Amino acid sequence: MLEIRGISKKFGDFEALKGVDLHIGAGEFFTLLGPSGCGKTTLLRMIAGFEAPDSGEILLEGKDMVGTPPEQRPVHTVFQNYALFPHMTVAQNIAFPLQMARVQADEIDARVQQALDNVHLPDKAGAYPAALSGGQRQRIAIARALVKRPRLLLLDEPLSALDAKMREQMQIELINLQKEVGITFIYVTHDQGEALALSHRIAVMNQGKIAQLDQPAQLYNHPNSRFVADFIGQCNLLEATVTDSDRHHADLELHHIGPVRVSLAPAVTVTKGQRCLLTLRPEKIRIARNLHALVDETHFCGKIHDTLYLGDVTVYKVELAQGILLEALLANSGNHASERFAVGDSVEVAWNSSAGHLIAEP
Amino acid sequence: MARGRMNWLKLFSTAVFVFLYLPLLIVVVYSFNDSKLNAEWVGFTLKWYGVLFDDTEMLTAARNSLLIATFSAAVAALLGTLAGMAMSRLRLRLLPALVLAPVAMPDILLGVSLLILFIMLNISLGLVSVILAHITFCIGYVALSVQARMGSMDDSLIEAARDLGASPWQAFSRITLPLLAPGIIAGALMAFTLSIDDFVVTFFTAGVGSSTLPLQIYSMVKIAVTPEVNAISTLLMVVTLLLVTLASRFNKHALRGTI
Ligand SMILES: Nc1ncnc2c1ncn2[C@@H]1O[C@H](COP(=O)(O)OP(=O)(O)O)[C@@H](O)[C@H]1O
Ligand SMILES: [Mg+2]
Repeated sequence: MLEIRGISKKFGDFEALKGVDLHIGAGEFFTLLGPSGCGKTTLLRMIAGFEAPDSGEILLEGKDMVGTPPEQRPVHTVFQNYALFPHMTVAQNIAFPLQMARVQADEIDARVQQALDNVHLPDKAGAYPAALSGGQRQRIAIARALVKRPRLLLLDEPLSALDAKMREQMQIELINLQKEVGITFIYVTHDQGEALALSHRIAVMNQGKIAQLDQPAQLYNHPNSRFVADFIGQCNLLEATVTDSDRHHADLELHHIGPVRVSLAPAVTVTKGQRCLLTLRPEKIRIARNLHALVDETHFCGKIHDTLYLGDVTVYKVELAQGILLEALLANSGNHASERFAVGDSVEVAWNSSAGHLIAEP
Repeated sequence: MARGRMNWLKLFSTAVFVFLYLPLLIVVVYSFNDSKLNAEWVGFTLKWYGVLFDDTEMLTAARNSLLIATFSAAVAALLGTLAGMAMSRLRLRLLPALVLAPVAMPDILLGVSLLILFIMLNISLGLVSVILAHITFCIGYVALSVQARMGSMDDSLIEAARDLGASPWQAFSRITLPLLAPGIIAGALMAFTLSIDDFVVTFFTAGVGSSTLPLQIYSMVKIAVTPEVNAISTLLMVVTLLLVTLASRFNKHALRGTI
């Protein structure tokens, strides 16, 4: 429903966007994820119509939007700071887009009430925004942006001003709301956890370009670059050289550590002698004093270098070789004293050949 | 230690207030004095206020003052709002200086230069010239007040309005203007007050028949400070205080965003 082709934008000498292509389907919950300053807001503002691209096209249901003023686009935005009109009540705020569209007064009343019900704030109609909590303002901003049934809803870091508990609750509400209304959402965030939790698909952005576009699990398990692997979740990155490979497996020499065998994702091809990165998520690594290595597992010996107790899990940093640390997680689910290690303890680590994912680095 | 300092602070501020308001207080007190002389208290009377309302020259001056203040404040509100918005939006270095110069410039300079201008342009001195003159120094006050309000206004509100279907004009009339209103009203009230109270600029730009209250008071004082002068001064003072209080209330509400 939304197609973005070769969008570029410069602010002075600074290239904020460098040829972005996107195709977003109807009813999709799509997320733009990336570090601060990578151009997410700029891209969103172009879709909304507040910024014009230097080159490229923005096609909404086949029509080029470039040059169309914001008020004529069937696209509404939930702003980071909510942007509720302070001199209007909640009901007047929500009625505003309907009034602009010259909807009948009695229909406006009904739709405002419906919108308030949808965000579970049926009795806040007469309140002023200043009298609402952060979470309530958030809900009103969403209600206001949805009341006219836009084709596309843009949300720019809408949860970043909320505390952690509230944020989690709002995430669940957002997922449910999007399912209910069936409107395409484009969601901007720098929080990878939020992106993974909410989205059907995620475009990871870096320095004005799309680094990878995939479903959350794909992105997490099969990052295509050091940047994506690093940005999404915790990740061990081990440098390696390919010693042998076929279509499904590669034998690697992990630098300073030793040989290991990994299975290859369909999209990855490597050749003998090529240097690459092995990415290993900490939760996929087994750690014990004495491991009985299973079939398809590689195991190495190391020493505990650091421990980090996080309550639900403990993070162990294991030194495999001089200066090479591997991070492993252990859930604190039972009272197994034998599972606890102290700094300096000798341990063994192991992972399945399908646990690691290979990034071919040029 | 801290207590001692508080007491000193109290003492000083009391002294300052006495210094500021004692002369005014004297004028007020003598306006109710049943004697032709500002010498000793004889007894309470309202007769000087009665004299005031029988004095046709005084009434004409009062009418002129109100007319001039109303017009100048209204025009200054319009132009000052535009100037204030331009100052906060366009970020031109020179603009604030140009708008605010008449505020900071010595009145006598402004008066003399306007007089020269009016003569050069063949504008006869009268109500119109005084109004034009007052507008020049009133704009700055409205502009300052509006600029402050613009500064505290979130730009994304306008974008939100556009995003939700408002044309640029609708966004201005439904969002910008209502949010600026307290600033505009406060600035206009200030302008009204300054216009009513102005002497120097009016002195240079007024003609026959366009005498204002301050000019009228001055011409009377040249002969003697009569109780009638005390009475009109007291009235002027009350109006000024009322307007200034009102203006500051608007500004305070404006800053809290409750209007
Ligand atoms: N109007 C502008 N003028 C100049 N630079 C801008 C402007 N808008 C954004 N930028 C720059 O473009 C880059 C990308 O900004 P933005 O899209 O807001 O990033 P993000 O939302 O991903 O944090 C930033 O470095 C920012 O400073
Ligand atoms: Mg941003």
